[in-house]
Amino acid sequence: MLHIFCPHCAEYREEEEFHAKGQAHIPRPLDPEALSDKEWGEYLYFRKNPRGIHHELWVHAAGCRKFFNMTRDTVTYEIHETYKIGEKPTVTAQS
Amino acid sequence: MQRYSGFELFKQSLSHHENWQSVWRNPKPKDKYDVIIVGGGGHGLATAYYLAKVHGITNVAVLEKGYLGGGNTGRNTTIVRSNYLWDEAAHLYEHAMKLWEGLSQDLNYNVMFSQRGVLNLGHTLQDMRDIQRRVNANRLNGIDGEILDTKQVQEIVPMMDCSANTRYPVMGASWQPRAGVARHDAVAWGFARAADAMGVDMIQQTEVVDMIIEDGTITGVKTNRYGDIKADKVGCVVAGNSSVLANMAGFELPLESHPLQALVSEPIKPVLDTVVMSNHVHGYISQSDKGDLVIGAGIDGYNGYGQRGSYPTIEHTVQAILELFPMFSRVRMNRQWGGIVDTCPDACPILSDTPVKNLFFNCGWGTGGFKATPGSGHVFAECLAKGELSELAKPFSMFRFHNGALIDEHGAAGVAH
Repeated sequence: MLHIFCPHCAEYREEEEFHAKGQAHIPRPLDPEALSDKEWGEYLYFRKNPRGIHHELWVHAAGCRKFFNMTRDTVTYEIHETYKIGEKPTVTAQS
Repeated sequence: MQRYSGFELFKQSLSHHENWQSVWRNPKPKDKYDVIIVGGGGHGLATAYYLAKVHGITNVAVLEKGYLGGGNTGRNTTIVRSNYLWDEAAHLYEHAMKLWEGLSQDLNYNVMFSQRGVLNLGHTLQDMRDIQRRVNANRLNGIDGEILDTKQVQEIVPMMDCSANTRYPVMGASWQPRAGVARHDAVAWGFARAADAMGVDMIQQTEVVDMIIEDGTITGVKTNRYGDIKADKVGCVVAGNSSVLANMAGFELPLESHPLQALVSEPIKPVLDTVVMSNHVHGYISQSDKGDLVIGAGIDGYNGYGQRGSYPTIEHTVQAILELFPMFSRVRMNRQWGGIVDTCPDACPILSDTPVKNLFFNCGWGTGGFKATPGSGHVFAECLAKGELSELAKPFSMFRFHNGALIDEHGAAGVAH
């Protein structure tokens, strides 16, 4: 059972209150009409799937219902940090 | 290869079964192969087998970082069926089903394929409409299927609670009589033994750490134990780790790896002689020949490579199973484990060439790869032998995510994701 710190509620809650929503930091293309099929397909479907540090989007579905980001290790499942949308992660694969 | 038969069993018994050949060799790799297959699970071993048998390409190595069949092949719930909705998927899985039907004889190895039928339950009006649509689509594709009402379901599984008193009463089911289960380890071992007999090298405990790519063409792989091994063509069949290998080759795949778990009970007397799956309450169950109840769960929502599942997911699954089978409430669970499945956005596999020439990927089977093992290997072997996608594989190219021709089996296939 993951214990997740919701940055909006500012407290730890159990995994069951949350839903994982996949890779974080995917900006919507500013001008979708200008994209090639390949670029649009990559925006829609192609995801980073690292073995190790991963930045991902979560929602506190049975709590405040707000979205936030998490840096988590996909092998050990250790949660390095959670942070609000718009903020930058402090833990990255390079650091 | 020593053929297995009743006579051979008798002959070996005279020397106390001490003179059986080892099932496969453990050779040192050569410097160069025609084809290297990365990943010694069911699909990789099946690919090697059909490359040798159908296409006569025997200068093949299978590189496995652990032991043969130690990944998802040894971790699934062994269900085999082909009742998929869309034509492309139905053709692929039915191709596998036809190979399953003669597999034990073909491999001279008992894979214990048991066509005990699979029920996909419907619990809502919409479930029943989907079942009608799917069964009719299956029949048009020459795949057996029947639509059952509650009474008929109750006749097949008498101890299931089909009353109106449950939270989601069983309204009916789709029934594929030719579907069933197989012994998962035996599938890997049977393919490995038969491929080895034709000269394929199984190189275990050897991890691929990088790809050797020259001018956009793959020429070999780097390994942790034997250094560089050259190859004309490389096929990657590594399930949950496909994205990792794709990144080595310099491109990305539309995959996310998730833990999918299963659990088995203590062995009990025969009680369930078919396979029951429910998409709506989300669980699936069968009983192995040994007597344990084999229960499957959904994937964990987050990405993970940890080969273990989360407890909330077990709880949800067991709730669903107990709603259907209250009599199992006192059965004790023996073991629980997880495998890493590579899920595609459209819940269909990827059988594809890649941006790197002579490098092919067979991945994305997600939660339902075991049922396709022989078909996947047969089709992928043809792709590797010819150097281009075969007819059955063409719709499953990774480039469908660029041109939009997805095969949306999510929810359509009675898949209990």
